[in-house]
Amino acid sequence: MTDTTGETPLKRTPLRDVHVKAGAKMVPFGGWDMPVQYTGIIDEHRAVRRGVGLFDISHMGEFEVRGPDALAAVQRLCTNDARTLEIGQVQYAALCYPEGGIVDDLTVYRLAADHYMLVVNASNIDKDWTWVTSHSVGRAEWKNVSDETALLAVQGPKAEALVARLADRDVTGIHYYRFARGAVAGVPALISRTGYTGEDGFELYVAAGGAERLWAALIEAGRPDGIQPIGLGARDTLRLEMKYALYGNDIDQTTNPLEAGLGWVVKPAKGEFIGREAIEALRARGIPRKLVGFEMVERAVPRHGYRLLSGGAPVGVVTSGSFGPSVERSIGMGYVPSAQSAVGSELAVEIRGTAHGARVVKTPFYPSHTKKA
Amino acid sequence: MANVPAELRYTREHEWAKIEGDRARIGITAFAQEQLGDVVFVELPKVGAKVTAMKTFGVVESVKAVSDLFAPVSGEVVEINAELPKKPELVNTDPYGQGWMLVIRMANPKDVDGLMSAADYEKLTAGGGH
Repeated sequence: MTDTTGETPLKRTPLRDVHVKAGAKMVPFGGWDMPVQYTGIIDEHRAVRRGVGLFDISHMGEFEVRGPDALAAVQRLCTNDARTLEIGQVQYAALCYPEGGIVDDLTVYRLAADHYMLVVNASNIDKDWTWVTSHSVGRAEWKNVSDETALLAVQGPKAEALVARLADRDVTGIHYYRFARGAVAGVPALISRTGYTGEDGFELYVAAGGAERLWAALIEAGRPDGIQPIGLGARDTLRLEMKYALYGNDIDQTTNPLEAGLGWVVKPAKGEFIGREAIEALRARGIPRKLVGFEMVERAVPRHGYRLLSGGAPVGVVTSGSFGPSVERSIGMGYVPSAQSAVGSELAVEIRGTAHGARVVKTPFYPSHTKKA
Repeated sequence: MANVPAELRYTREHEWAKIEGDRARIGITAFAQEQLGDVVFVELPKVGAKVTAMKTFGVVESVKAVSDLFAPVSGEVVEINAELPKKPELVNTDPYGQGWMLVIRMANPKDVDGLMSAADYEKLTAGGGH
């Protein structure tokens, strides 16, 4: 339980001292000093499912690209088809290597006609920045705005009403994976109907200097709703119950979007992009393994790196696992041969040398409540 | 500061032992449960199993982490807490009471002399962990 921070000092979000003051347990995550929990992971998880929770995810990276060839650059880098994006719309996508492995997963925002924002994982900011700037095309100007941008997520069934009370514009009309500009508690924000929890809610992009004021205003105004600050621990259990992939756990350079179940964000018909040929070849050959969701028969907890067994033989590896507080059982994700990937397939997880029964189940593990309409 | 009852004895690995004649009741400390976070699974030996002082006898899993349990004393397991499989959260809510884990009939009651006093355990955990 010692804080081994290593050689490089941990980076801090503009809200780091606020978390410490609120009694958060801080841990290193992807080079950042982040709150893992405040009151407890299960309590925070349930607060988001039942009411509303507030997350500091300012560690995420934001890159802007603008210019006459901004769309061409995004199209070359991303697997999804950004041509279909309207101004005010968001799209989930992947950046791939020429061999089909995943550089990162990300969301793409169309800010204006020739102006996009790419939101990337905190642990990949430096790698991604080098990648996008060295593989860009044409007249496209890149700007890394990660340090000057703070990002707060307000998630849960009571999130919409809370943000609506504080916003200077209507937010109820912002549909899922859409965004609009407005002020929240007087802080200019990009108000995005997105999240990583499976609940309705918003992600609010603001200038770093406005983060503390916005955080305090949301906590204050959310008090009647029982708002709670939520750490990375519950962020992880919430996303796991939705089977949302986490880069570095479920997807990485050695996995491709098809086996990871991200085929829906790969659009070969749009034209050339990095990794297209390799992914098309994979699709033609057939996918030998797939990322599945499984539940444990007993309560023993599967963890990242544990072996998956079938008929006593190793067939794959657990990529994410935890107790799921809303499904009230131990659940996980992992890659298994396609023949064993059907719902109902019997597996086992090797936990401390013993095989514990598991079965492939339908996902998400817990029903999504995002506002799709 | 986590609660450290004066009448118990402790290990460096954050187990407590309550000496009841030739028996020792075992659990983990308030400090340990606080460090672990929400406990979701406790793996215990069966009644009749032999445990050895300062060797692992089981495992406690929280949402985030898995941690070995160490036997404070050697002997035979004569009782286990049958509530824990259904209610592992008792380890968090009442670590010295309903969250107890097992009772050991001590093979060598002198093992107790090797355990820490409450005062020493309190020193061990002072300022630790955060």
